[in-house]
Amino acid sequence: MDVVIEWILAPLRYPFMIRGLLAALMVGIVCATVGTYMVLRGMAFLGDALAHAILPGVAVGYLVSGGARGPIFWWALGAGILTALGIGAVGKGAQVKEDTAIGIIFSGMFALGIAIISTMRGYAVDLSHFLFGNVLGVSWADLTLTAVFGALVLLVVFGLYKEFLLLSFDPVLAATLRVPAEFLRYLLLVLIALTIVVSLQTVGVALMVAMLITPAATAYLLTQRMATMMLLGAFIGALSGIIGLYLSYYASVASGAAIVLVATAIFLVTLLFAPRRGLLRLWVRREEQPTTP
Amino acid sequence: MISRKRGLFRVPAVVHQEETPLLYTNDLAVSYNGALVLLGVSFAVTTGERIAVVGPNGAGKSTLFKVLAGVLSPTSGEVRVAGHEPGGHICIAYLPQRSEVDWGFPVTVYDVVMMGRYGKIGFLARPSKDDRAQVQQALAVVGMDGLAQRQISELSGGQQQRMFIARALAQEAELILMDEPLAGLDMPAQEQILEILDSLRDRQTTVMVATHDLNLASEYFDRLILLKAKLIGIGKPEEVLTADNLTEAYGGHLRLVETEDGIFVLQDTCCGGGH
Repeated sequence: MDVVIEWILAPLRYPFMIRGLLAALMVGIVCATVGTYMVLRGMAFLGDALAHAILPGVAVGYLVSGGARGPIFWWALGAGILTALGIGAVGKGAQVKEDTAIGIIFSGMFALGIAIISTMRGYAVDLSHFLFGNVLGVSWADLTLTAVFGALVLLVVFGLYKEFLLLSFDPVLAATLRVPAEFLRYLLLVLIALTIVVSLQTVGVALMVAMLITPAATAYLLTQRMATMMLLGAFIGALSGIIGLYLSYYASVASGAAIVLVATAIFLVTLLFAPRRGLLRLWVRREEQPTTP
Repeated sequence: MISRKRGLFRVPAVVHQEETPLLYTNDLAVSYNGALVLLGVSFAVTTGERIAVVGPNGAGKSTLFKVLAGVLSPTSGEVRVAGHEPGGHICIAYLPQRSEVDWGFPVTVYDVVMMGRYGKIGFLARPSKDDRAQVQQALAVVGMDGLAQRQISELSGGQQQRMFIARALAQEAELILMDEPLAGLDMPAQEQILEILDSLRDRQTTVMVATHDLNLASEYFDRLILLKAKLIGIGKPEEVLTADNLTEAYGGHLRLVETEDGIFVLQDTCCGGGH
Protein backbone atom coordinates (compact mmCIF):
# COMPACT_ATOMS: atom_id res chain seq x y z
CA MET A 1 0.00 0.00 0.00
CA ASP A 2 2.72 2.42 1.01
CA VAL A 3 4.45 1.63 -2.24
CA VAL A 4 1.40 2.67 -4.24
CA ILE A 5 0.99 5.89 -2.28
CA GLU A 6 4.66 6.66 -2.67
CA TRP A 7 4.34 5.88 -6.40
CA ILE A 8 1.51 8.39 -6.67
CA LEU A 9 3.05 11.07 -4.46
CA ALA A 10 6.62 10.97 -5.73
CA PRO A 11 6.04 13.03 -8.89
CA LEU A 12 4.06 15.62 -6.92
CA ARG A 13 7.25 16.79 -5.24
CA TYR A 14 8.07 18.62 -8.44
CA PRO A 15 6.10 21.83 -9.01
CA PHE A 16 6.29 21.34 -12.78
CA MET A 17 4.45 18.03 -12.35
CA ILE A 18 1.69 19.67 -10.32
CA ARG A 19 1.29 22.36 -12.96
CA GLY A 20 1.31 19.72 -15.68
CA LEU A 21 -1.34 17.66 -13.92
CA LEU A 22 -3.57 20.70 -13.43
CA ALA A 23 -3.18 21.60 -17.10
CA ALA A 24 -3.94 18.04 -18.24
CA LEU A 25 -6.99 17.96 -15.97
CA MET A 26 -8.47 21.21 -17.32
CA VAL A 27 -7.65 20.38 -20.93
CA GLY A 28 -9.24 16.95 -20.58
CA ILE A 29 -12.47 18.47 -19.29
CA VAL A 30 -12.80 21.33 -21.79
CA CYS A 31 -11.77 19.25 -24.82
CA ALA A 32 -14.25 16.45 -24.15
CA THR A 33 -17.11 18.89 -23.55
CA VAL A 34 -16.63 20.67 -26.85
CA GLY A 35 -15.63 17.37 -28.48
CA THR A 36 -19.07 15.97 -27.71
CA TYR A 37 -20.54 18.24 -30.39
CA MET A 38 -17.75 17.33 -32.80
CA VAL A 39 -18.42 13.61 -32.37
CA LEU A 40 -22.19 14.01 -32.73
CA ARG A 41 -21.96 16.31 -35.73
CA GLY A 42 -19.13 14.48 -37.51
CA MET A 43 -16.65 17.35 -37.22
CA ALA A 44 -13.48 15.36 -36.45
CA PHE A 45 -11.73 16.28 -39.69
CA LEU A 46 -12.73 19.90 -39.30
CA GLY A 47 -11.30 19.98 -35.76
CA ASP A 48 -8.05 18.46 -36.93
CA ALA A 49 -7.83 21.04 -39.68
CA LEU A 50 -8.53 23.90 -37.30
CA ALA A 51 -5.79 22.73 -34.92
CA HIS A 52 -3.21 22.56 -37.71
CA ALA A 53 -4.26 25.87 -39.20
CA ILE A 54 -3.39 27.67 -35.97
CA LEU A 55 0.33 26.97 -36.40
CA PRO A 56 1.19 30.11 -38.44
CA GLY A 57 -0.42 32.24 -35.71
CA VAL A 58 1.73 30.53 -33.12
CA ALA A 59 4.81 30.98 -35.32
CA VAL A 60 4.25 34.69 -35.85
CA GLY A 61 3.61 35.13 -32.13
CA TYR A 62 6.88 33.35 -31.42
CA LEU A 63 8.72 35.50 -33.94
CA VAL A 64 7.46 38.87 -32.67
CA SER A 65 7.83 38.01 -29.00
CA GLY A 66 11.17 36.25 -29.21
CA GLY A 67 9.78 33.14 -27.56
CA ALA A 68 7.80 34.64 -24.65
CA ARG A 69 4.74 32.49 -23.86
CA GLY A 70 2.09 35.17 -23.28
CA PRO A 71 2.04 36.79 -26.74
CA ILE A 72 2.04 33.36 -28.40
CA PHE A 73 -1.27 32.59 -26.71
CA TRP A 74 -2.92 35.74 -28.05
CA TRP A 75 -1.54 35.26 -31.55
CA ALA A 76 -2.74 31.67 -31.55
CA LEU A 77 -6.14 32.82 -30.33
CA GLY A 78 -6.39 35.38 -33.14
CA ALA A 79 -5.34 32.83 -35.75
CA GLY A 80 -7.75 30.26 -34.31
CA ILE A 81 -10.77 32.55 -34.41
CA LEU A 82 -9.95 33.81 -37.90
CA THR A 83 -9.56 30.24 -39.18
CA ALA A 84 -12.77 29.15 -37.47
CA LEU A 85 -14.69 31.92 -39.21
CA GLY A 86 -12.91 31.15 -42.49
CA ILE A 87 -13.75 27.46 -42.29
CA GLY A 88 -17.34 28.37 -41.41
CA ALA A 89 -17.58 30.41 -44.60
CA VAL A 90 -16.07 27.64 -46.77
CA GLY A 91 -18.70 25.56 -48.48
CA LYS A 92 -20.75 28.65 -49.29
CA GLY A 93 -18.93 28.99 -52.57
CA ALA A 94 -19.44 25.70 -54.41
CA GLN A 95 -16.38 25.43 -56.67
CA VAL A 96 -15.02 22.45 -54.72
CA LYS A 97 -16.52 20.23 -52.04
CA GLU A 98 -16.33 21.48 -48.46
CA ASP A 99 -13.90 18.87 -47.14
CA THR A 100 -11.60 19.43 -50.12
CA ALA A 101 -11.57 23.16 -49.42
CA ILE A 102 -10.85 22.56 -45.74
CA GLY A 103 -8.07 20.13 -46.61
CA ILE A 104 -6.43 22.69 -48.88
CA ILE A 105 -6.69 25.55 -46.40
CA PHE A 106 -5.46 23.52 -43.44
CA SER A 107 -2.41 21.99 -45.11
CA GLY A 108 -1.53 25.33 -46.68
CA MET A 109 -1.72 27.12 -43.32
CA PHE A 110 0.21 24.31 -41.63
CA ALA A 111 2.96 24.56 -44.25
CA LEU A 112 3.09 28.32 -43.77
CA GLY A 113 3.53 27.79 -40.03
CA ILE A 114 6.37 25.32 -40.52
CA ALA A 115 7.99 27.65 -43.07
CA ILE A 116 7.94 30.58 -40.64
CA ILE A 117 9.29 28.50 -37.75
CA SER A 118 12.03 27.02 -39.93
CA THR A 119 13.45 30.48 -40.59
CA MET A 120 14.25 30.86 -36.88
CA ARG A 121 17.46 29.55 -35.44
CA GLY A 122 17.22 26.39 -33.36
CA TYR A 123 13.73 25.79 -34.59
CA ALA A 124 13.77 21.99 -34.30
CA VAL A 125 13.13 21.86 -30.55
CA ASP A 126 10.45 24.54 -30.51
CA LEU A 127 8.65 23.11 -33.50
CA SER A 128 8.30 19.77 -31.77
CA HIS A 129 6.83 21.58 -28.74
CA PHE A 130 4.13 23.10 -30.90
CA LEU A 131 3.45 19.86 -32.71
CA PHE A 132 3.40 17.52 -29.76
CA GLY A 133 2.95 19.74 -26.73
CA ASN A 134 5.11 20.29 -23.68
CA VAL A 135 2.82 20.02 -20.71
CA LEU A 136 5.70 19.96 -18.24
CA GLY A 137 6.79 23.38 -19.44
CA VAL A 138 3.48 25.01 -18.45
CA SER A 139 3.86 28.11 -16.26
CA TRP A 140 1.41 29.47 -13.69
CA ALA A 141 0.57 32.27 -16.14
CA ASP A 142 -0.28 29.67 -18.80
CA LEU A 143 -2.44 27.82 -16.31
CA THR A 144 -4.37 30.98 -15.49
CA LEU A 145 -5.10 31.63 -19.16
CA THR A 146 -6.19 28.01 -19.62
CA ALA A 147 -8.48 28.25 -16.59
CA VAL A 148 -10.06 31.55 -17.61
CA PHE A 149 -10.73 30.63 -21.25
CA GLY A 150 -11.63 27.05 -20.42
CA ALA A 151 -14.23 28.31 -17.94
CA LEU A 152 -15.54 30.71 -20.59
CA VAL A 153 -16.01 27.85 -23.05
CA LEU A 154 -17.80 25.72 -20.44
CA LEU A 155 -20.03 28.64 -19.48
CA VAL A 156 -21.15 29.20 -23.08
CA VAL A 157 -21.82 25.47 -23.57
CA PHE A 158 -23.84 25.40 -20.35
CA GLY A 159 -25.83 28.51 -21.24
CA LEU A 160 -26.63 27.44 -24.80
CA TYR A 161 -27.00 23.73 -24.04
CA LYS A 162 -30.46 23.34 -25.49
CA GLU A 163 -29.77 25.48 -28.56
CA PHE A 164 -26.67 23.45 -29.47
CA LEU A 165 -28.56 20.22 -28.79
CA LEU A 166 -31.35 21.25 -31.14
CA LEU A 167 -28.93 22.41 -33.82
CA SER A 168 -26.98 19.14 -33.63
CA PHE A 169 -29.99 16.82 -33.63
CA ASP A 170 -32.43 18.52 -35.96
CA PRO A 171 -31.29 21.59 -37.93
CA VAL A 172 -34.65 21.73 -39.73
CA LEU A 173 -36.56 22.13 -36.47
CA ALA A 174 -33.97 24.69 -35.40
CA ALA A 175 -34.80 26.65 -38.55
CA THR A 176 -38.58 26.41 -38.06
CA LEU A 177 -38.25 27.50 -34.42
CA ARG A 178 -36.20 30.54 -35.49
CA VAL A 179 -33.12 29.52 -33.58
CA PRO A 180 -30.24 31.56 -35.04
CA ALA A 181 -28.60 28.50 -36.58
CA GLU A 182 -25.90 30.28 -38.58
CA PHE A 183 -24.77 32.29 -35.56
CA LEU A 184 -24.62 29.16 -33.42
CA ARG A 185 -22.67 27.28 -36.09
CA TYR A 186 -19.99 29.97 -36.13
CA LEU A 187 -20.05 30.20 -32.35
CA LEU A 188 -19.40 26.47 -32.08
CA LEU A 189 -16.42 26.81 -34.43
CA VAL A 190 -15.06 29.67 -32.31
CA LEU A 191 -15.52 27.55 -29.15
CA ILE A 192 -13.56 24.73 -30.79
CA ALA A 193 -10.82 27.19 -31.76
CA LEU A 194 -10.66 28.54 -28.18
CA THR A 195 -10.45 25.01 -26.83
CA ILE A 196 -7.63 24.16 -29.20
CA VAL A 197 -5.67 27.26 -28.22
CA VAL A 198 -5.96 26.62 -24.48
CA SER A 199 -4.95 22.98 -25.03
CA LEU A 200 -2.05 23.74 -27.36
CA GLN A 201 0.71 23.41 -24.77
CA THR A 202 -0.61 20.16 -23.35
CA VAL A 203 -0.98 17.94 -26.40
CA GLY A 204 0.19 20.11 -29.29
CA VAL A 205 -1.26 20.63 -32.73
CA ALA A 206 -0.71 17.14 -34.13
CA LEU A 207 -2.47 15.23 -31.33
CA MET A 208 -5.15 17.81 -30.60
CA VAL A 209 -7.97 16.06 -32.39
CA ALA A 210 -7.48 12.97 -30.21
CA MET A 211 -8.13 14.97 -27.02
CA LEU A 212 -11.21 16.51 -28.61
CA ILE A 213 -12.88 13.39 -29.92
CA THR A 214 -11.51 10.25 -28.26
CA PRO A 215 -12.89 10.79 -24.70
CA ALA A 216 -16.18 12.09 -26.13
CA ALA A 217 -16.47 9.08 -28.45
CA THR A 218 -15.79 6.76 -25.50
CA ALA A 219 -18.58 8.46 -23.56
CA TYR A 220 -20.87 8.15 -26.59
CA LEU A 221 -20.58 4.37 -26.37
CA LEU A 222 -21.65 4.43 -22.72
CA THR A 223 -24.49 6.95 -22.50
CA GLN A 224 -27.96 7.72 -23.80
CA ARG A 225 -28.20 11.44 -23.13
CA MET A 226 -26.03 14.27 -24.32
CA ALA A 227 -25.52 15.84 -20.89
CA THR A 228 -24.27 12.53 -19.48
CA MET A 229 -22.06 12.09 -22.52
CA MET A 230 -20.42 15.46 -21.80
CA LEU A 231 -19.88 14.80 -18.10
CA LEU A 232 -18.55 11.30 -18.64
CA GLY A 233 -16.39 12.47 -21.55
CA ALA A 234 -14.93 15.22 -19.34
CA PHE A 235 -14.18 12.65 -16.64
CA ILE A 236 -12.51 10.28 -19.13
CA GLY A 237 -10.54 13.16 -20.65
CA ALA A 238 -9.30 14.31 -17.24
CA LEU A 239 -8.46 10.75 -16.22
CA SER A 240 -6.53 10.17 -19.45
CA GLY A 241 -4.58 13.36 -18.80
CA ILE A 242 -3.58 12.33 -15.29
CA ILE A 243 -2.78 8.69 -16.02
CA GLY A 244 -0.92 9.78 -19.15
CA LEU A 245 1.28 12.16 -17.19
CA TYR A 246 2.18 9.48 -14.65
CA LEU A 247 2.96 7.17 -17.53
CA SER A 248 5.13 9.87 -19.00
CA TYR A 249 6.92 10.37 -15.65
CA TYR A 250 7.69 6.71 -14.97
CA ALA A 251 8.15 5.36 -18.49
CA SER A 252 9.85 8.49 -19.86
CA VAL A 253 7.40 8.76 -22.74
CA ALA A 254 6.59 12.12 -24.35
CA SER A 255 3.71 13.52 -22.27
CA GLY A 256 1.31 14.44 -25.09
CA ALA A 257 1.69 11.04 -26.68
CA ALA A 258 1.23 9.27 -23.34
CA ILE A 259 -2.03 11.14 -22.66
CA VAL A 260 -3.42 10.33 -26.10
CA LEU A 261 -2.36 6.67 -25.82
CA VAL A 262 -4.21 6.32 -22.50
CA ALA A 263 -7.35 7.92 -24.02
CA THR A 264 -7.10 5.56 -26.99
CA ALA A 265 -6.70 2.52 -24.74
CA ILE A 266 -9.78 3.50 -22.72
CA PHE A 267 -11.69 3.90 -25.96
CA LEU A 268 -10.69 0.48 -27.28
CA VAL A 269 -11.62 -1.28 -24.04
CA THR A 270 -14.97 0.51 -24.04
CA LEU A 271 -15.57 -0.32 -27.69
CA LEU A 272 -15.27 -4.00 -26.80
CA PHE A 273 -17.09 -4.11 -23.51
CA ALA A 274 -19.67 -1.27 -23.49
CA PRO A 275 -22.96 -2.65 -22.14
CA ARG A 276 -25.22 -1.41 -24.93
CA ARG A 277 -23.15 -0.34 -27.89
CA GLY A 278 -20.06 -2.52 -27.32
CA LEU A 279 -18.88 -4.99 -29.94
CA LEU A 280 -19.12 -7.97 -27.58
CA ARG A 281 -22.72 -7.08 -26.79
CA LEU A 282 -23.48 -6.87 -30.51
CA TRP A 283 -21.91 -10.26 -31.17
CA VAL A 284 -23.85 -11.85 -28.32
CA ARG A 285 -27.06 -10.32 -29.59
CA ARG A 286 -26.38 -11.66 -33.07
CA GLU A 287 -25.85 -15.14 -31.66
CA GLU A 288 -29.11 -14.94 -29.72
CA GLN A 289 -31.17 -13.92 -32.72
CA PRO A 290 -31.30 -16.52 -35.47
CA THR A 291 -30.76 -14.78 -38.79
CA THR A 292 -34.02 -14.03 -40.49
CA PRO A 293 -34.48 -15.64 -43.88
CA MET B 1 -53.27 37.18 -26.47
CA ILE B 2 -51.00 37.07 -23.47
CA SER B 3 -47.40 36.29 -24.19
CA ARG B 4 -45.22 34.99 -21.41
CA LYS B 5 -41.93 36.81 -21.36
CA ARG B 6 -39.21 34.26 -20.90
CA GLY B 7 -35.69 34.17 -22.12
CA LEU B 8 -33.85 36.69 -24.23
CA PHE B 9 -34.60 37.30 -27.89
CA ARG B 10 -37.93 35.58 -27.66
CA VAL B 11 -39.57 35.00 -31.03
CA PRO B 12 -42.30 37.61 -31.37
CA ALA B 13 -45.71 36.02 -31.63
CA VAL B 14 -47.38 36.50 -34.97
CA VAL B 15 -51.01 37.47 -34.64
CA HIS B 16 -53.01 35.22 -36.88
CA GLN B 17 -55.38 36.91 -39.23
CA GLU B 18 -58.82 35.38 -39.10
CA GLU B 19 -60.84 34.72 -42.21
CA THR B 20 -57.87 34.06 -44.42
CA PRO B 21 -57.06 30.48 -45.42
CA LEU B 22 -54.63 28.87 -42.97
CA LEU B 23 -52.24 28.20 -45.80
CA TYR B 24 -52.12 29.79 -49.20
CA THR B 25 -49.51 29.67 -51.93
CA ASN B 26 -49.40 31.64 -55.14
CA ASP B 27 -47.35 30.69 -58.19
CA LEU B 28 -44.64 29.06 -56.14
CA ALA B 29 -41.42 28.08 -57.94
CA VAL B 30 -38.22 26.55 -56.63
CA SER B 31 -35.12 25.76 -58.64
CA TYR B 32 -31.93 24.00 -57.55
CA ASN B 33 -28.84 24.67 -59.63
CA GLY B 34 -30.97 25.78 -62.55
CA ALA B 35 -33.29 22.74 -62.48
CA LEU B 36 -36.91 23.50 -61.69
CA VAL B 37 -38.19 21.42 -58.77
CA LEU B 38 -41.47 23.26 -58.35
CA LEU B 39 -43.23 25.44 -60.86
CA GLY B 40 -46.39 27.52 -60.66
CA VAL B 41 -47.83 25.86 -57.56
CA SER B 42 -50.90 27.66 -56.20
CA PHE B 43 -53.37 26.30 -53.67
CA ALA B 44 -55.16 27.12 -50.42
CA VAL B 45 -55.82 25.02 -47.32
CA THR B 46 -58.40 25.78 -44.64
CA THR B 47 -58.03 25.10 -40.93
CA GLY B 48 -58.58 21.51 -39.84
CA GLU B 49 -58.27 20.00 -43.30
CA ARG B 50 -56.35 16.80 -43.92
CA ILE B 51 -54.48 16.82 -47.17
CA ALA B 52 -52.27 14.28 -48.87
CA VAL B 53 -49.57 15.40 -51.26
CA VAL B 54 -48.92 12.64 -53.79
CA GLY B 55 -46.70 12.27 -56.79
CA PRO B 56 -43.79 10.22 -58.08
CA ASN B 57 -40.30 10.29 -56.58
CA GLY B 58 -38.64 13.62 -57.21
CA ALA B 59 -41.98 15.34 -57.75
CA GLY B 60 -40.98 18.03 -55.24
CA LYS B 61 -43.07 16.88 -52.27
CA SER B 62 -40.27 17.32 -49.71
CA THR B 63 -39.23 20.59 -51.32
CA LEU B 64 -42.79 21.91 -51.11
CA PHE B 65 -42.91 21.02 -47.40
CA LYS B 66 -39.61 22.71 -46.68
CA VAL B 67 -40.85 25.86 -48.38
CA LEU B 68 -44.10 25.77 -46.40
CA ALA B 69 -42.13 25.28 -43.17
CA GLY B 70 -40.02 28.32 -44.03
CA VAL B 71 -36.77 26.32 -44.09
CA LEU B 72 -36.26 26.90 -47.80
CA SER B 73 -37.00 30.15 -49.62
CA PRO B 74 -38.92 29.82 -52.86
CA THR B 75 -37.22 31.12 -55.99
CA SER B 76 -40.39 33.03 -56.80
CA GLY B 77 -44.02 33.15 -55.74
CA GLU B 78 -45.44 33.58 -52.27
CA VAL B 79 -46.50 31.53 -49.28
CA ARG B 80 -48.85 32.80 -46.59
CA VAL B 81 -49.55 30.96 -43.37
CA ALA B 82 -52.45 32.54 -41.51
CA GLY B 83 -51.83 35.65 -43.58
CA HIS B 84 -48.08 35.90 -42.95
CA GLU B 85 -44.88 34.65 -44.52
CA PRO B 86 -43.62 31.40 -43.00
CA GLY B 87 -40.66 33.29 -41.49
CA GLY B 88 -42.56 34.61 -38.47
CA HIS B 89 -44.13 31.35 -37.33
CA ILE B 90 -43.32 28.68 -34.86
CA CYS B 91 -46.74 27.09 -35.27
CA ILE B 92 -45.69 25.02 -38.28
CA ALA B 93 -44.18 21.62 -37.54
CA TYR B 94 -42.20 19.70 -40.14
CA LEU B 95 -41.78 15.99 -39.38
CA PRO B 96 -38.70 14.64 -41.13
CA GLN B 97 -38.57 11.34 -42.98
CA ARG B 98 -37.37 8.70 -40.56
CA SER B 99 -34.39 7.90 -42.77
CA GLU B 100 -33.11 11.47 -42.33
CA VAL B 101 -32.77 11.20 -38.55
CA ASP B 102 -29.62 10.17 -36.67
CA TRP B 103 -31.18 7.50 -34.42
CA GLY B 104 -27.91 6.87 -32.59
CA PHE B 105 -27.96 10.41 -31.17
CA PRO B 106 -27.83 10.33 -27.36
CA VAL B 107 -31.27 11.74 -26.61
CA THR B 108 -34.35 10.22 -25.01
CA VAL B 109 -37.93 10.43 -26.28
CA TYR B 110 -38.57 13.05 -23.61
CA ASP B 111 -35.63 15.18 -24.82
CA VAL B 112 -36.85 15.11 -28.42
CA VAL B 113 -40.44 16.05 -27.53
CA MET B 114 -39.12 18.85 -25.28
CA MET B 115 -37.34 20.30 -28.34
CA GLY B 116 -40.81 21.23 -29.59
CA ARG B 117 -41.04 23.64 -26.65
CA TYR B 118 -37.73 25.41 -27.36
CA GLY B 119 -39.35 28.08 -29.50
CA LYS B 120 -41.58 29.04 -26.58
CA ILE B 121 -38.91 28.72 -23.90
CA GLY B 122 -36.57 31.15 -25.64
CA PHE B 123 -32.83 31.72 -25.55
CA LEU B 124 -30.82 30.93 -22.39
CA ALA B 125 -33.89 29.85 -20.39
CA ARG B 126 -34.68 26.40 -19.00
CA PRO B 127 -37.92 24.40 -19.39
CA SER B 128 -40.55 25.30 -16.80
CA LYS B 129 -43.08 23.11 -15.02
CA ASP B 130 -45.61 24.08 -17.68
CA ASP B 131 -43.27 22.97 -20.47
CA ARG B 132 -42.74 19.62 -18.78
CA ALA B 133 -46.50 19.17 -18.37
CA GLN B 134 -47.03 19.94 -22.07
CA VAL B 135 -44.46 17.30 -23.01
CA GLN B 136 -46.12 14.68 -20.80
CA GLN B 137 -49.50 15.53 -22.25
CA ALA B 138 -48.24 15.30 -25.83
CA LEU B 139 -46.71 11.90 -25.08
CA ALA B 140 -50.03 10.73 -23.63
CA VAL B 141 -51.91 11.76 -26.78
CA VAL B 142 -49.73 9.51 -28.93
CA GLY B 143 -49.72 6.70 -26.36
CA MET B 144 -46.03 6.97 -25.52
CA ASP B 145 -46.15 8.11 -21.86
CA GLY B 146 -44.44 4.91 -20.76
CA LEU B 147 -41.52 5.37 -23.14
CA ALA B 148 -40.37 8.88 -22.18
CA GLN B 149 -36.97 7.77 -20.88
CA ARG B 150 -36.15 5.46 -23.81
CA GLN B 151 -33.17 6.27 -25.96
CA ILE B 152 -34.50 6.92 -29.46
CA SER B 153 -32.56 4.04 -31.08
CA GLU B 154 -34.65 1.60 -29.03
CA LEU B 155 -37.94 2.62 -30.65
CA SER B 156 -39.85 0.79 -33.34
CA GLY B 157 -40.64 2.61 -36.58
CA GLY B 158 -44.17 3.43 -35.48
CA GLN B 159 -42.97 4.71 -32.11
CA GLN B 160 -40.37 6.89 -33.82
CA GLN B 161 -43.09 8.47 -35.92
CA ARG B 162 -45.43 8.94 -32.96
CA MET B 163 -42.62 10.61 -31.02
CA PHE B 164 -42.29 13.23 -33.76
CA ILE B 165 -46.06 13.78 -33.75
CA ALA B 166 -45.83 14.32 -29.99
CA ARG B 167 -43.10 16.89 -30.62
CA ALA B 168 -45.37 18.73 -33.07
CA LEU B 169 -48.10 18.72 -30.40
CA ALA B 170 -45.68 20.04 -27.76
CA GLN B 171 -44.79 22.76 -30.25
CA GLU B 172 -48.52 23.64 -30.31
CA ALA B 173 -48.32 23.48 -34.07
CA GLU B 174 -51.42 24.41 -36.03
CA LEU B 175 -50.06 23.10 -39.31
CA ILE B 176 -48.23 19.76 -39.25
CA LEU B 177 -46.30 18.67 -42.33
CA MET B 178 -45.42 14.97 -42.38
CA ASP B 179 -43.00 13.58 -44.92
CA GLU B 180 -43.81 9.91 -45.70
CA PRO B 181 -44.97 9.12 -42.14
CA LEU B 182 -46.23 5.65 -43.03
CA ALA B 183 -43.40 4.45 -45.27
CA GLY B 184 -41.91 1.21 -44.00
CA LEU B 185 -44.41 0.72 -41.17
CA ASP B 186 -46.43 -2.45 -40.72
CA MET B 187 -50.23 -2.33 -40.82
CA PRO B 188 -50.91 -2.04 -37.04
CA ALA B 189 -48.38 0.79 -36.76
CA GLN B 190 -49.93 2.55 -39.77
CA GLU B 191 -53.37 2.28 -38.22
CA GLN B 192 -52.13 3.76 -34.94
CA ILE B 193 -50.76 6.76 -36.82
CA LEU B 194 -54.01 7.17 -38.76
CA GLU B 195 -55.96 7.10 -35.48
CA ILE B 196 -53.75 9.86 -34.13
CA LEU B 197 -54.43 11.84 -37.31
CA ASP B 198 -58.14 11.51 -36.53
CA SER B 199 -57.60 12.92 -33.05
CA LEU B 200 -55.63 15.82 -34.57
CA ARG B 201 -58.63 16.63 -36.74
CA ASP B 202 -60.73 16.88 -33.58
CA ARG B 203 -58.27 19.49 -32.31
CA GLN B 204 -58.62 21.51 -35.54
CA THR B 205 -54.99 20.88 -36.38
CA THR B 206 -54.32 21.00 -40.10
CA VAL B 207 -52.28 18.10 -41.39
CA MET B 208 -50.50 17.71 -44.71
CA VAL B 209 -48.94 14.35 -45.47
CA ALA B 210 -46.57 13.56 -48.31
CA THR B 211 -47.00 9.98 -49.43
CA HIS B 212 -46.36 7.76 -52.42
CA ASP B 213 -49.28 5.48 -51.49
CA LEU B 214 -52.17 6.64 -53.67
CA ASN B 215 -54.68 4.16 -52.27
CA LEU B 216 -54.07 5.22 -48.72
CA ALA B 217 -54.20 8.86 -49.76
CA SER B 218 -57.56 8.48 -51.47
CA GLU B 219 -59.02 6.51 -48.57
CA TYR B 220 -58.07 8.68 -45.58
CA PHE B 221 -57.72 12.26 -46.76
CA ASP B 222 -60.18 15.06 -47.46
CA ARG B 223 -58.30 16.35 -50.43
CA LEU B 224 -55.29 15.38 -52.50
CA ILE B 225 -52.65 17.43 -54.20
CA LEU B 226 -51.11 15.62 -57.16
CA LEU B 227 -47.68 17.03 -57.81
CA LYS B 228 -45.06 16.57 -60.44
CA ALA B 229 -42.99 19.74 -60.23
CA LYS B 230 -46.19 21.55 -61.12
CA LEU B 231 -49.53 21.06 -59.52
CA ILE B 232 -51.48 18.62 -61.67
CA GLY B 233 -54.60 18.44 -59.58
CA ILE B 234 -56.10 19.42 -56.24
CA GLY B 235 -59.43 18.33 -54.84
CA LYS B 236 -61.34 15.28 -53.69
CA PRO B 237 -59.57 11.99 -54.47
CA GLU B 238 -61.95 11.00 -57.27
CA GLU B 239 -61.54 14.41 -58.89
CA VAL B 240 -57.76 14.29 -58.79
CA LEU B 241 -56.94 10.67 -59.52
CA THR B 242 -58.30 10.64 -63.05
CA ALA B 243 -56.67 8.57 -65.74
CA ASP B 244 -55.39 11.67 -67.54
CA ASN B 245 -53.90 13.21 -64.38
CA LEU B 246 -52.21 9.99 -63.33
CA THR B 247 -50.72 9.46 -66.77
CA GLU B 248 -49.43 13.00 -66.69
CA ALA B 249 -47.81 12.50 -63.27
CA TYR B 250 -46.54 8.95 -63.53
CA GLY B 251 -46.26 8.26 -67.24
CA GLY B 252 -46.88 4.60 -67.99
CA HIS B 253 -45.94 3.27 -64.56
CA LEU B 254 -49.47 2.98 -63.20
CA ARG B 255 -52.37 0.76 -63.98
CA LEU B 256 -55.88 1.83 -63.13
CA VAL B 257 -58.50 -0.67 -62.14
CA GLU B 258 -62.05 0.69 -62.13
CA THR B 259 -64.19 -0.78 -59.39
CA GLU B 260 -67.55 0.33 -58.02
CA ASP B 261 -65.72 2.22 -55.26
CA GLY B 262 -63.86 4.26 -57.80
CA ILE B 263 -60.47 3.94 -59.37
CA PHE B 264 -57.99 1.59 -57.75
CA VAL B 265 -54.37 2.22 -58.52
CA LEU B 266 -51.70 -0.40 -59.04
CA GLN B 267 -48.20 1.02 -58.80
CA ASP B 268 -45.19 -0.68 -60.26
CA THR B 269 -42.77 1.99 -59.17
CA CYS B 270 -41.72 1.76 -55.63
CA CYS B 271 -40.15 4.21 -53.40
CA GLY B 272 -38.05 2.01 -51.24
CA GLY B 273 -39.44 2.37 -47.69
CA GLY B 274 -39.05 -1.07 -46.14
CA HIS B 275 -40.43 -3.41 -48.80
